[in-house]
Amino acid sequence: MPCQLGSEIKQDFPILSTVLPNGKKLVYLDNAATTQKPIFVIDSITNFYRSQNANVARSAHYLGEQTTIAYNEARKTVAKFINASYDEVIFTSGTTESINTIAYGWGDNNVNENDEIVVMTSEHHSDFVPWQQLAFRKNAKFKVVPLREDGTLDIDTVRKYVTSRTKVVACARMTNSFGVINPVEKIGKIAHENGAVFVVDGAQSVPSMPTDVKELDADFLSFSGHKMLAPMGIGVLYVKKSMIDSLKPFLTGGGMIDEVKNEYTTFAACAPDRYEAGTPNVEGAIGLARAIEYLEEIGMENVLEHERKLLEYAYLKLKHVDRVILYGPKRLNDRGGILSFNVKGIHPHDVASILDANGVAIRSGHHCAQPILRSLNVEFMATARASFYIYNDNSDIDALADAIEDAKRRFS
Amino acid sequence: MSDLSDLYAEVIMDHQRHPRNFGKLESFDREVKMTNSSCGDQISLQVKLEDGKIKDLKFTGMGCAISMASASVMTEVVKGLSVQDAKKISEEFIKMITDGKAPEDDLEDARVFSGVYKYPMRVKCATLAWHALQKVIE
Repeated sequence: MPCQLGSEIKQDFPILSTVLPNGKKLVYLDNAATTQKPIFVIDSITNFYRSQNANVARSAHYLGEQTTIAYNEARKTVAKFINASYDEVIFTSGTTESINTIAYGWGDNNVNENDEIVVMTSEHHSDFVPWQQLAFRKNAKFKVVPLREDGTLDIDTVRKYVTSRTKVVACARMTNSFGVINPVEKIGKIAHENGAVFVVDGAQSVPSMPTDVKELDADFLSFSGHKMLAPMGIGVLYVKKSMIDSLKPFLTGGGMIDEVKNEYTTFAACAPDRYEAGTPNVEGAIGLARAIEYLEEIGMENVLEHERKLLEYAYLKLKHVDRVILYGPKRLNDRGGILSFNVKGIHPHDVASILDANGVAIRSGHHCAQPILRSLNVEFMATARASFYIYNDNSDIDALADAIEDAKRRFS
Repeated sequence: MSDLSDLYAEVIMDHQRHPRNFGKLESFDREVKMTNSSCGDQISLQVKLEDGKIKDLKFTGMGCAISMASASVMTEVVKGLSVQDAKKISEEFIKMITDGKAPEDDLEDARVFSGVYKYPMRVKCATLAWHALQKVIE
């Protein structure tokens, strides 16, 4: 179980000792794309298949019961982690499926012609496209709140965009492009004052900071397991209890029904069953629960503090480096551990390839967030992005800075 | 993963620093614009055709070194060729990058991109201009 964050905790993550074919040691700084998994989580998945595997909530035998207990326990762990109730937590394949579940299951029945849907320019495509498509389906107005130059939101601008015609306001708590922490409590208040539903994308924030759905007062919250030490293919949709009745099942089939006849089907009376059609990702749910236990032992405040320390170290180290452009707000307290940057005259894909040859793994491109990059006129409409997590330390950032110098030398 | 010489061969670096046939034609018969949605590389390609041959072509665009160098090399390789030969060469180039298949024809400088095959994330960068060529002469 966890010891000191940074260098010591690395031993819990087997993949971090990878040596690349060219002999360089792996320096993993692509955590906003996906995090690595501790042995504690990896073992929980293999143990599930070694000793528990059966279908869940169907099979009345020893293994079926073991699986069902483990799956239900996983849901309890998730609920407690975000201060929700058991029946407010729906397992999905990830944030994208969670948001589509809201857009189709709630949006199609509650948004009408000339209603408004408000999103921020900084949303990830997964919190942008489903809302835009909903607006197209319903002839609703799709309104995109502009940003300040540093990628932050001005709360007065948000206030101007949300009106009595607004049915939904969707916003990420932490943006994946620049790592900006948005004032979601204030935005939620504006949404609710106007009678709109408030939808929070927690894909980047839930892994990196404490989350309390009561404090956020979100009607819906989505997040993914794979960005917080858990496997890919598991995610969560939190639905506030008062919203459950207005959410129609998006996926139908086995496991979510009450009675099926030739003439009609009635759905399971209560959440979460009604919203989980088909055999669920039990190994993913178990892996997510173990990941949460691991993170809780560290403490989510400590995760954020560690990310901020790394961000500050990287920011100060790169701030005055020739040809390096840093994006995002200068006030680091408004940010999580994400640093988007460019090197003048080098396309970020080339930066990423040269960093890779130095063992340093980062993301490059538009980060599934084209609207923000377009609106801020970012060169190449793409950036390089280093993102930090619990197992990173200052030496990883030193390696990043050295590799950037190598890129500059090659593209002089 | 290597020491990068596969990806950033000297010829490639030379073309990205000094792209050939970069700009707009005064008159042209066809034009296509293409983007590589995964990276955001963009290219606009104009051709002037005469007697079934590519008489002239120029490109403009924005993107990584691989995509821009590939476009530059492509224009040099196919300029003056018959449309038919250009199609054949573009198919061979794309196969070389996507399947690692050695080309039958002499691809001239375009051969230096064969190493991109080992970098699946960069395949679309290297093939963008060639797909644009196929579209503009189809």
